[in-house]
Amino acid sequence: MSRFLRHIEGAGAILLAIIWISPLVFAFWAAFHTTSDAVNFRIFAPWTMENFRTAWEGAPWLRYFLNTFILVTVVLIGQFILTTLAGFAFAQLRFPGKDFVFILVLMQLFILPEVLIVENYAMVSRLGLFDTFLGVGMPYMASAFGIFLMRQAFKSVPVELHEAAKIEGCSLLGILWRVYVPLARPTYLAYALVSVSTHWNNFLWPLIVTNTTATRPLTVGLSIFGAPESGVNISVISAATMMSVAPLLIVFLIFQRQFVQAFLRTGIK
Amino acid sequence: MNYFTKASFGLAGLLAATALTLPAYAQTELTMYYPIAVGGPLTNVVDKMIADFEAENTDVKVNAIYAGNYDDTRVRALSALKSGEPAQLAVLFSIDAYDLIEQEIITPFDEVATDEASKEWLKSFYPALMANGEIEGHVWGIPFQRSTIVAYYNKDKFKEAGLDAENPPKTWDEMVAAGKALTKNGKWGLMIPSTGYAYWMFQALAIQNGKELMSNDGLNTYFDDPAVVEALEFWKALSDEHKVMPSGTIEWGTLRQAFLEGQTAMMWHTTGNLTAVKDAATFDFGVSVLPGNVQPGSPTGGGNFYLFAETTEEERAAALKLIQFMTAPEQAAQWSIATGYMGVSPASYETEALKAYGAEFPPALVARDQLENAIAEFSTYETSRVRDGLNNAIQAVLTGTKDAKSALGEAQEAAERLLKDYR
Amino acid sequence: MARSINLDKKQQTIYGWLLLLPAGVLLSLFAFYPAVATFWSSLFSRGTRRRAAEFVGTENYTALFNDPTFWVVVKNNLIYAAATVPISIGIALAMALWANSKIPARGFVRTAYFTPTVLPMIAAANLWLFFYTPDLGLLDQIGGLFGFSSVNWLGRPDTALWAVIIVTIWKEAGFFMIFYLAALQTIPEDLREAANIEGASRWTFTRRIVLPLLMPTTLFIMVNAMINSVKLIDHLFILTKGGPNDASKLILYYIWEMAFAFFDAPAAAATTVIVLVVLCTVAAVQFFMLDRRTHYQ
Repeated sequence: MSRFLRHIEGAGAILLAIIWISPLVFAFWAAFHTTSDAVNFRIFAPWTMENFRTAWEGAPWLRYFLNTFILVTVVLIGQFILTTLAGFAFAQLRFPGKDFVFILVLMQLFILPEVLIVENYAMVSRLGLFDTFLGVGMPYMASAFGIFLMRQAFKSVPVELHEAAKIEGCSLLGILWRVYVPLARPTYLAYALVSVSTHWNNFLWPLIVTNTTATRPLTVGLSIFGAPESGVNISVISAATMMSVAPLLIVFLIFQRQFVQAFLRTGIK
Repeated sequence: MNYFTKASFGLAGLLAATALTLPAYAQTELTMYYPIAVGGPLTNVVDKMIADFEAENTDVKVNAIYAGNYDDTRVRALSALKSGEPAQLAVLFSIDAYDLIEQEIITPFDEVATDEASKEWLKSFYPALMANGEIEGHVWGIPFQRSTIVAYYNKDKFKEAGLDAENPPKTWDEMVAAGKALTKNGKWGLMIPSTGYAYWMFQALAIQNGKELMSNDGLNTYFDDPAVVEALEFWKALSDEHKVMPSGTIEWGTLRQAFLEGQTAMMWHTTGNLTAVKDAATFDFGVSVLPGNVQPGSPTGGGNFYLFAETTEEERAAALKLIQFMTAPEQAAQWSIATGYMGVSPASYETEALKAYGAEFPPALVARDQLENAIAEFSTYETSRVRDGLNNAIQAVLTGTKDAKSALGEAQEAAERLLKDYR
Repeated sequence: MARSINLDKKQQTIYGWLLLLPAGVLLSLFAFYPAVATFWSSLFSRGTRRRAAEFVGTENYTALFNDPTFWVVVKNNLIYAAATVPISIGIALAMALWANSKIPARGFVRTAYFTPTVLPMIAAANLWLFFYTPDLGLLDQIGGLFGFSSVNWLGRPDTALWAVIIVTIWKEAGFFMIFYLAALQTIPEDLREAANIEGASRWTFTRRIVLPLLMPTTLFIMVNAMINSVKLIDHLFILTKGGPNDASKLILYYIWEMAFAFFDAPAAAATTVIVLVVLCTVAAVQFFMLDRRTHYQ
């Protein structure tokens, strides 16, 4: 009986997996077939690269890739610096007002940048950062989630190491750099993964603050490319979609184990 | 070396550097935002037009920024202006004129195009295409990518159903009859899209039923007029009573594909899709003017050039030159052939290129033929919101949530509320 | 916090504030100041060519509450939250339990569950648009095989929101699964062995031991899912644009539309303030009523 149940469960798990992956598989298949074959579901129709050619010529994808890459890098560097400093202060220093500020920071977990689009847009314009990478990235740099994560990581660093470094004459920032940062490497890795995948996929904010191909990231480019006003050509859009998700997807498939491990190790929760 | 010589060296260096960075002549730089609302890699076509212009006018440099669909483009152009980024001109929805005027963003062309040749140029366009841009006695928009709604029909299916493939329906009754003959085996006789541009399609039905949806000053709407209500009831009846169209809303974006796959024998769509349909159709298709009821008719649609108010004299002159170039008969003809949009002036249809194209592919001329019955596209103050209310009313009726009379009554009330501040 | 760094008080204070300064500046610029500014601007009328903006007090809020669309949008968002939060958590839990047990093709199963998470929502929406298209879409084609008639999933008021909800769940569940997987791996193996010896069935073990141990994780995921039910609206831009007849319009999309399509900043500000108040209430509940130690120590 229990073995029977187990088979049922296994089948259920696999069925769910197939359902879950099918939109992607289908789009992949459609991207390599003519629209007519795709919508009529002719499984054995010949494969073609034509959609990719059309999609590739339809927009400056290379530029979009580069933009997304720069954007993700800018955000990540900013986040690393800011959250390291703030996380360290919260974890290892005692000073008046700390608890109050920490609650303010935690509040930011709920004051989503997404909800404040109107005023944030006004702020970015005021700072002269409209349509720049910095303008797209800045609202996300002081990430409360990141500060919290770094604080957790630094708290687990043994105080003896700190003292030892201090005796060797390191300054406070020196200690942070030589002792804490290296020990928190898994946290940085996990945080980087979350950050990169979040910002690679971010849409609404870049939609608002980017204006030209010089800054427009992939997601916005993809949405413009597939604007339904132009009459959706399913195969070409599938091809464009495949192109734009491919890099992150491939990286993920290769580093899947590390990705999950990074999560598990730091126990992001 | 004493201080003085050092300083003079520095100064000389500075002068030299300035001389190097400044070109020999003053170049005017223009930034233009434009949308593409139809299929195909049309950005290349625009880029080529711009390059040709720059080759002829070396004193002007144009940054043409493709910004998505009409809504995206308006948002982007206005964001740029508000953030102090350069933008001198844009192609935006012809129907955004009221809101752009209200926000004091654009400047009228009649104040810039003051020499004789330019005045003539202002008169060279089809009047129906100028209608949306002529407000308060000024010309605010110059037609560029303009369209009307036309009926596409599948000739093969017409023949199969025993209909005359060379004589598509001319009246609503004929259209319903043809639709009934064409609806079979799970394929439909007719599809009129009702997402995205529902109000536009509806405007066609209303004008065909003898009533315009709005006044010429953008201050009044007539959604609850009996003829308008009747037009919406007819649209609904196409699926309910006559059963020639699927019920619910029909997606604008995927309709072309549905037509190309033979899911429907007739569709109403913008002429802007003509080239895309022509390139992909595997059957013989025809294009006709929309059928009428009380009278024939269709709204115009599409994008106009606008000139932004915060521009210098030089920029305005250069922008005018650019717009004149891009709307000149030769360019307009090329643009029309590449897209299916209309040639914007009678002269463009007299060019060799468009004459030859029209002879070889007569559907290209249908939109022009329809112009004599064309009206301005729906546009008022607060146009996005008023339009949104109308779109919702149409969708509510088509999906069976409300009846035509009450839905349009509500939309009319909402429009009254929004417009009363402007009267 | 017994451990302390050997610095005198004054120095700690100076360093502490200096280290917080960069983050503090950015948080003020992009969270606190905008929140206050939003509230402030929600008290003014919209300036037009004919009438300059003026202080109107709560008028924008009254207008909002009298606007039927606002209530439709609120209702939609409540349904959206009420559906996506529990369902994606339930599916994520099932996925995690399966992906953690000995089933065939576990690698494939895990990958399949997680992959949607890596895709941008915009791309996901493109894939699903294809599924939902009436007649031509995959759903209708499959339905057709079983003799169902074609359904206009995105074009009917009674299905459009659900079509959007399904995409969200598809995208979210795999992400939440990871958190459950992480938590599952912290459950000591000897607990399971003990349960086996006691003769407890796997189901009993799961229900009695595993689920309670996963409670903190569930709470954490729940808060995330609730935040996502406000934030995840990208697919609306592709799938429905909030239609038909506002049937799938969610609140953040509504804010975007008012601010950037209708240019009605005050109305957008008033709506934003309401969302912020709701979010802060959720935050307060999270911090003070639920077990605080499990997450934030």
